[in-house]
Amino acid sequence: MPPDRTKLTRRGLLGAAAGAGALAVVSGASNGNGSAQPSAEELATKHPHGPLHSGARGHVDAAVNGFDPDAVLTDFDGGTVTRLPNGRTLRTWDVVAKEKEIQVAPGVTFLAWTYNGRVPGPTFRATEGDLLRIRLTNGTGHPHTMHFHGIHPSAMDGIPGTGPGGLVEPGASFTYEFDATPFGLHLYHCHTFPLATHIHRGLYGAFVIDPKTPRPDAHEMVMVMNGFDTNFDGANEVYAVNTVGFHYMHNPIKVRRDELVRIYLVNVLEFDPINSFHLHANFFHYFPTGTSLTPTELTDTISQVQGQRGLLEVRFPYTGRYMFHAHKTEFAELGWVGLFEVA
Amino acid sequence: MSTEAPTHRAPAWILAAIPLSLLAILALLFLAFDVPGLHRNGPPIEQIAIERTELHPGVIELRVRNDGPDAVQLAQVVVNDAFVAEASLPADPIGRLGKATVRIPYLWNEGEAYEISLLTSTGVTIAHTIDAAAETPTADAGFFGLLGLLGLYVGIIPVLMGMLWLPFARRARAPVVRFMLAVTVGLLAFLAVEAVVEGIDEAGKGAQSLGGASLVFLGAFLAYVAMTGVDGWLSRRRQGADGWRVAMLVAIGIGLHNFGEGLAIGGAYAAGALALGAFLVIGFAVHNTTEGLAIVAPVARERPALRRLLLLGLVAGVPVVPGAWIGGLASNPQVTALLLGVGAGAIVQVIQQILPSLRPKGATRGFEPLIATGLAAGLVLMWGTGLLAG
Repeated sequence: MPPDRTKLTRRGLLGAAAGAGALAVVSGASNGNGSAQPSAEELATKHPHGPLHSGARGHVDAAVNGFDPDAVLTDFDGGTVTRLPNGRTLRTWDVVAKEKEIQVAPGVTFLAWTYNGRVPGPTFRATEGDLLRIRLTNGTGHPHTMHFHGIHPSAMDGIPGTGPGGLVEPGASFTYEFDATPFGLHLYHCHTFPLATHIHRGLYGAFVIDPKTPRPDAHEMVMVMNGFDTNFDGANEVYAVNTVGFHYMHNPIKVRRDELVRIYLVNVLEFDPINSFHLHANFFHYFPTGTSLTPTELTDTISQVQGQRGLLEVRFPYTGRYMFHAHKTEFAELGWVGLFEVA
Repeated sequence: MSTEAPTHRAPAWILAAIPLSLLAILALLFLAFDVPGLHRNGPPIEQIAIERTELHPGVIELRVRNDGPDAVQLAQVVVNDAFVAEASLPADPIGRLGKATVRIPYLWNEGEAYEISLLTSTGVTIAHTIDAAAETPTADAGFFGLLGLLGLYVGIIPVLMGMLWLPFARRARAPVVRFMLAVTVGLLAFLAVEAVVEGIDEAGKGAQSLGGASLVFLGAFLAYVAMTGVDGWLSRRRQGADGWRVAMLVAIGIGLHNFGEGLAIGGAYAAGALALGAFLVIGFAVHNTTEGLAIVAPVARERPALRRLLLLGLVAGVPVVPGAWIGGLASNPQVTALLLGVGAGAIVQVIQQILPSLRPKGATRGFEPLIATGLAAGLVLMWGTGLLAG
C-alpha cells in the first residue's frame, strides 16, 4: 500500500502539544484527508481533554511519597544556626540516607535512595563565609557519601580514598565540615561507586551559598532537573524537575505579574548528556553557577550538562499560563514540563 | 480371589478416584494456605504479551495478555517517547493469563512506525513496535469481498487448474505416475516443514505461557490422529477405490494447510503488512497450482466422476477464504500456530498414505533413482514457487 502521508507530522503534533498544553487546544492541526485521520474538531469532541494534551494518566499523591514537589520548590534549609565565639555563623544539618519507594509518575514506583526521605534531598542554604557541618548517617545497606561542589579540603570531598568521609558504611556516621565558598549555586551528591547508580537512584540536592550582600528580594524557587531509569536499562523512563513527572503541569507554579522570580536551576540528569530549560513567552537573565552578580545572557533557553547549574531571573509582564520545559522535546513529553500561572 | 464376596470390594472407579481426590484436596490446601514454607525468590516477574494491535482513526488499541506468573498493574502508556495522558488501562492488576485492552487515543499517521511502551507499577517497560501503521479493516462487505477474491485467486482457481494435470496423468505410464506421486510427496513435505516453521514463528508472537511453539506440535499430533481416523472411516465406506480415498486425504490435508495459510494472509492484511500486488497473487497461485497436482496424482488410474473431482478441489482450495476472514478479524497467535500445526500433522499423515504407492508392486524398501529425483524435485519446486510469493 502506498503510504498516505498526511499533513500532520509528529513534529507538528509536538509543536501543537507544546503550544496548546493543558488547554488542549487542537486548532491548527490540519489533518489532510487520510482515512486514518479524524478532523481536529472530531477529536476535540471525542476526547474533550484532547489527545494532544501533555501529561500522564492520573496524579501522584504527595502524601504517599512523603514529599511534595510544590514544597521542594521553596523549602530552603538553613540548618541549625549558632554563632561561634569569633562571630562566625555555624550551620549544622543532620542527614540520614535511607531507601524509600516513591512514585516518579502516577502509578509508577521507584525504589529511591534518598537523603532524608526525599528526592531531591534538602536544599542547603548558607551565606558565604559561614562554617558548615553536615552529619551524614547511613541508614541503608550500601555505603554512601556526600560530595559537595564548592571549595574545601580533600578530606571533606566525600570520595573514596579521602578518609572516613570518603565511604560512610551502613549504620555509620560522618560529619562533613567546610566553609561556605564561593557564593553561587552548587550541588551535592553521593560519590560512591558505581556512581551512575548512586546518583540516579536519588542521592543529590541543591546547595545555595548567598553572597554576603544579599541578592535583591525575589520569589525564589529551586528546580532540580532529574530523571529515573525505572527498568534499569541505562536510559530514563521518566524525566522531571523535582522528581515527579508532569507535576507542575497538573499543579502550575503560581507567581505574580511583574514580581522578580529567581529560579535556582540544577541539572543532575543521568544517562543523557545534556538537559535544557526553555521558558515560553518570556525572557530571563542567566547567571551561570550564580558566582557572578552580572548576568551573561538574556534568553529564553539555556542548556546544562550534568552537574551544571545557574540562576534565572525573570519578571512576567503578562498574566496567564506560561509553559516551561526541556527543549529536548522527548524529555518534555516524558515528564519534564510544567506551567507558570501568572496572576 | 473368586472366594471373596464382590460386595465387600469397592468398585474399580472408586479406587481410580482415590489418588485424584487426594490430589484435589492437596491442591485446595496449597491454595488456601499459600504453600507454607516456600517463598518466592526474587522480585515479581512481569510479562505481558501484546497479542493483537488494532488501529482505528485516532486510536491505537492493544489486546494484551499476562504471560507471567504474577499479576501486573499497568500504570502509564508511552508512545514514541511521549506519555499519553488519555490512554485507558485496566484499573486492576491483570492476573496470570488474564486479558485486557489498552486503548490509546493517538493521531497516528499511515505508514509510520510507532514504538509503544507500557509502564507497569514497578517501572518495568513492556515494549511493542508497530512497524508501519495501517488502519485495521472492519468486518464490512468490502473486507469480506476483498479477502474472498484473494482466496479465489490464490486458493481455489490455482488448485483446480493444477488438477487439470489429470488427463496427462491418465495417459502416462506407471513409472511416470509414480514419479508424479513422488513429486507430490516432495511438495507436501515442503508444505509441512513450512507450516511448522511459520507456526513456531507465529507462536513466538503470543503469550508463551499458553504453550508457545509446542502448540504447533500439539496441533500436528491431533491432526495426525484425526486424519488416521478419517482414513479408517473412508476405507470402510469405499472399498476398492483406494486412489480416491488417498486423493481425499490429500485434499483434506492441503485444505487444512490452506486454512492456516489463509489465517496468515488475513492477519498480514489486517496488520497492513500484506502488499496486495500482482507478485503476491501470482506467487501464491503458482505455489498452489502444484497442490492440484498432488490431489490428482493418486487418482491417475481411476475414473472418478467430475463432481467428485470438483469436490476434491474445493476441499483443498476453499479453506483459504474463511481462513483469511478469520485471520483478518480475530486471529490470535496461539490459534494461528495451533492451526498451522494441524495443517502440518494432516500432511504428514497424507505422506504416509502415499509413500507405499511410490514403489513398484512388491517392493518394500528404498526408492528407485527416478522416484528419489521426484521427491527432490517436489521439494525444490515448492521452495522455488514459494520464493515468488515472498
